[in-house]
Amino acid sequence: MRKFGKPSPKPLAPSRFNQEDLTGQLLVTDLQGDLKYQASYEKEAIWQVLSQVQDPEIPSVSILDLGIVRHISVHMRQITLAVSPTYSGCPATDLINDLIMEAMEGAGYQNVNIKQALSPAWSSDFITQEGREKLKAVGIAPPKGMVSKASLIDRDIPCPHCESQDTRLLSEFGSTACKALYQCNDCREAFDYFKCI
Amino acid sequence: MNSNTTQTTALFHYLLRLADSNLILSQRLCELCGDAPSLEEELAISNVALDLIGQARNWYEYASELDPLKRNPDHLAFRRDAHEFYNFLLVEQKNGNFADTITRQFFFDAWHLATLESLQDSNDERIRSIADKAVKEVSYHLRRSSQWVIRLGDGTDVSHEKMQTAINNAWRFTGELLSKDEVDDMLETDGLIPDASKTSQLWKHSIETILTQATLDRPDYAAWMYMGGKQGEHTECLGFILTEMQYLQRAYPDAKVW
Ligand SMILES: [Zn+2]
Repeated sequence: MRKFGKPSPKPLAPSRFNQEDLTGQLLVTDLQGDLKYQASYEKEAIWQVLSQVQDPEIPSVSILDLGIVRHISVHMRQITLAVSPTYSGCPATDLINDLIMEAMEGAGYQNVNIKQALSPAWSSDFITQEGREKLKAVGIAPPKGMVSKASLIDRDIPCPHCESQDTRLLSEFGSTACKALYQCNDCREAFDYFKCI
Repeated sequence: MNSNTTQTTALFHYLLRLADSNLILSQRLCELCGDAPSLEEELAISNVALDLIGQARNWYEYASELDPLKRNPDHLAFRRDAHEFYNFLLVEQKNGNFADTITRQFFFDAWHLATLESLQDSNDERIRSIADKAVKEVSYHLRRSSQWVIRLGDGTDVSHEKMQTAINNAWRFTGELLSKDEVDDMLETDGLIPDASKTSQLWKHSIETILTQATLDRPDYAAWMYMGGKQGEHTECLGFILTEMQYLQRAYPDAKVW
């Protein structure tokens, strides 16, 4: 059973209206008479909701794994989220904002606004360890090393399929602007590499 | 006109120059979508175009806030006429063959990276934050175009010759990249934009290093150069680009659903 006051982890699941499922939950009735969970304005609870929002281009990786949510501020039940685009021209930016709004509304938050945080610029260094493992699990080589330490030259990218170090760059750009295209010289498989930027 | 208004006007023009060069080059690159020599290049070209349009959007958003006519970013991009565009003449030139496309990209990328790196030190916070973001993307652009120049220049006799011809043809548009006028002078004095001589030095350094590696000859810096794009005087190419790019927004102005 979910803890009192916590938003539903799967906010859009139809089961939230199942009578049995509501036992023990605190319910509030808004002016329209809809049943809503009492959403917690603790930042911890908001992070929990955001952790359920997936990157539309790399399902299984959440927006928190990518490190694009920079800051949460709560003032008088008004929530402001600072979100950074991974790339200036990332076509998923607007879609990600929509998904965030959908998840927040689904969890019962009414006054949410998203502001774009360009600075400090997003870096692949912000991808969490868990995010890196999830990328690898779906066949995308995670960024190698840290931008803050290494140069932009991405050498010896290990193959996410067979771990071989013997790989070569096919193209600076892969399926999206944030990835480059590599090929493994051992298993011959082509793979995307999430660039270190 | 007080000095503050003059500075705002100059900054507005400068931001449009950056945005317009990004947008027009992006539009040119999009023409290759479905028509590139290989699948990998198709992806690369489209992704470079995407980065450029994203950066253009950031610059237009800032410019829009300073616009005396209060036009929104879409209006700035899609409802201005050719003489109100301030992009470099280089970026509006046709794609030509692959050597021409790569040469245009290489000359622009080298200028773009040098400029963005210097803009990271601007005393305008908004400019710094947009440049911080863009500089990472553009270092990849320059890396890719440089590698192609080397590969084709130091390749077969045919690729070398085509590459040299492309360099010689595009050279007359490079003088404008290093030129400066009263807009640049004013913003430079105020510390908003980098010292043009520094950018020029960085550009020449990239060009010389890569052309040497590519076994290509560098044309003369003192050669006669075409100028005027930054002031709104363009080659015939721009009108054709705008006709296609702005068709929809002009046919259905302010439409909410296409
Ligand atoms: Zn492999």
